[in-house]
Amino acid sequence: MIDAPAIRTQELTKRYGSINALAGLTMTIPRGDIFGFLGPNGAGKTTAVKLLLGLTPPTSGDAEVLGAPIGDRDALRRVGYLPELFRYQLWLTAREVLALHCELAGIDRAAWQREIEDALAIVGLSDRGSGRVGTFSKGMQQRLGLGVALLGAPDLVVLDEPTSALDPVGRHDVREIIRALGERGTTVFLNSHLLGEVEQVCDRVAIVDHGKVVAEGTLDQLLGGDTVRVRVVDLEREATNGLSRFGQLDQDGDWLVIRGIDSERVPELVAEIVRLGGRVYAVEPRHESLEDRFLRLLGQPN
Amino acid sequence: MLALTVARLQLQELLRRRLFLVLLLLTIVVISLTTWGFSRIPTLDDTPMSAVEIAAVASQFLILVMFMFSFVLAFSAVFAASPAISAEVESGITLAMLARPITRLEYVVGKWLGLLATVLIYAIPAASVQMILVQLVVGYSPPHPLEFLAFVIGEAVVVLTLSLLLSTRFAGMVGGVTGLILWGLAWMGGIVGGIGLGFGNATLTHVGTASKLLLPTDGLWRGAVWSLEPASLIAAARAAGRTAAANPFFAPDPPPPAYVAWCVIWIAAMLAVAIWSFMRKEL
Repeated sequence: MIDAPAIRTQELTKRYGSINALAGLTMTIPRGDIFGFLGPNGAGKTTAVKLLLGLTPPTSGDAEVLGAPIGDRDALRRVGYLPELFRYQLWLTAREVLALHCELAGIDRAAWQREIEDALAIVGLSDRGSGRVGTFSKGMQQRLGLGVALLGAPDLVVLDEPTSALDPVGRHDVREIIRALGERGTTVFLNSHLLGEVEQVCDRVAIVDHGKVVAEGTLDQLLGGDTVRVRVVDLEREATNGLSRFGQLDQDGDWLVIRGIDSERVPELVAEIVRLGGRVYAVEPRHESLEDRFLRLLGQPN
Repeated sequence: MLALTVARLQLQELLRRRLFLVLLLLTIVVISLTTWGFSRIPTLDDTPMSAVEIAAVASQFLILVMFMFSFVLAFSAVFAASPAISAEVESGITLAMLARPITRLEYVVGKWLGLLATVLIYAIPAASVQMILVQLVVGYSPPHPLEFLAFVIGEAVVVLTLSLLLSTRFAGMVGGVTGLILWGLAWMGGIVGGIGLGFGNATLTHVGTASKLLLPTDGLWRGAVWSLEPASLIAAARAAGRTAAANPFFAPDPPPPAYVAWCVIWIAAMLAVAIWSFMRKEL
């Protein structure tokens, strides 16, 4: 099923005793998307990943990965995965870990050598391929895990907090790797709470909280334009109703906050306020970041 | 078959973590010392000993040495098997591995095969070398050496499979301690059963039978003992009367074929429960 979405879930739930780790996850991720799955700690992100990879059975609901039911062996052959808890056999060398995963993934033996060397080169471990994993730093082990996830040019790459152990250079490298995957048409499912990271690489984002998706869409849809704050006095409350065509209005003391406004229309907005009798003391245009939106969705003060 | 991949990996881990090296070095030390001990048997008395006397003493000494060997073998198996799955689950190794197209059945069977291979690679050469050296220095060879190997390896496989089952649910130390206690209980159960048999006490005999069926380590150990005893010793012990049955280092008869079949079924059933348990494990 080439045309099937990369991931489709329908009311997927997972309960551990009385704890609701995932409460009805419904989402569809088209092929080729770089999809950011965002949420605070304990929101259910890693649980969702484990369900999608068949590592843990759902309590209820339904899901498909690459057009096949979760846990399907043929589908798993085309999935690469870097777990949040990345750990590989410490007594093996990096090359041996990669060879093991080539074997487990059912990659043709003739292609192993090339796959292994390519993976090492992409994650910057070419000169450490013969080193034992036990001698690697956490960051190097995470790079190795990323290399493992890239073996065999998978159709879907699932990365669970892929930069948690990396320094700024490593984080930059990972972003470049994700972008390259996107250009190749690979679907990337990026689980992260690093909003800046997601904002820089993802086409689409879902924000999950308490096991449920609270917002989903492209970054443009999600952020929905800019925000402008205007300090204005002498403007009648009734008069502000006429401003709602510019965006969503909020009053914050003397400040009028207009969300979702096209930045090109700010002069027009100011002119309209003046025309309605308002006296303008300050105008502060602001681009809403994913962090602002995230905090607003989770009901946190910004 | 990905089970073989997992088996190879398990064997490789024990080699790289130097379990084999430690076992090999300690075994060489023990075999050297015991061989020297065997070589002293003919000089125990001022008068020359008869071949029957030498065989009697050598077989008893060999049984004691092999009891220690079976203990080391069983507990190396327990300590290798107890963390075999649990440590990989705790560390997260299984997350990356089991997200691949490998079934849990293949994973557990692979672990079991790797551990079995470990036991065979250690036990066969170590026990064979010990028996050959005894033959060379005192001229005594046990009557059933192949059966001895089969029984003593069977005993190790029983505790190995039990430990692997525990490893699907509990931390390594839990499996290790449980294996040790159950092995000791089964050994004492065997002694209790022997006393019951010797004195015609039905309750004690049933305790012994139940323990032999619940954990067939001591039952297999008795088979190993029988394999090492010369016919003259069995005849002498029979003549000594019924109390010989209580001796944990004596067995008048080999375990019946039905018991051996039970042991095979027991191992297969425990492995099946281990697979079932791990298939239901939340990772």
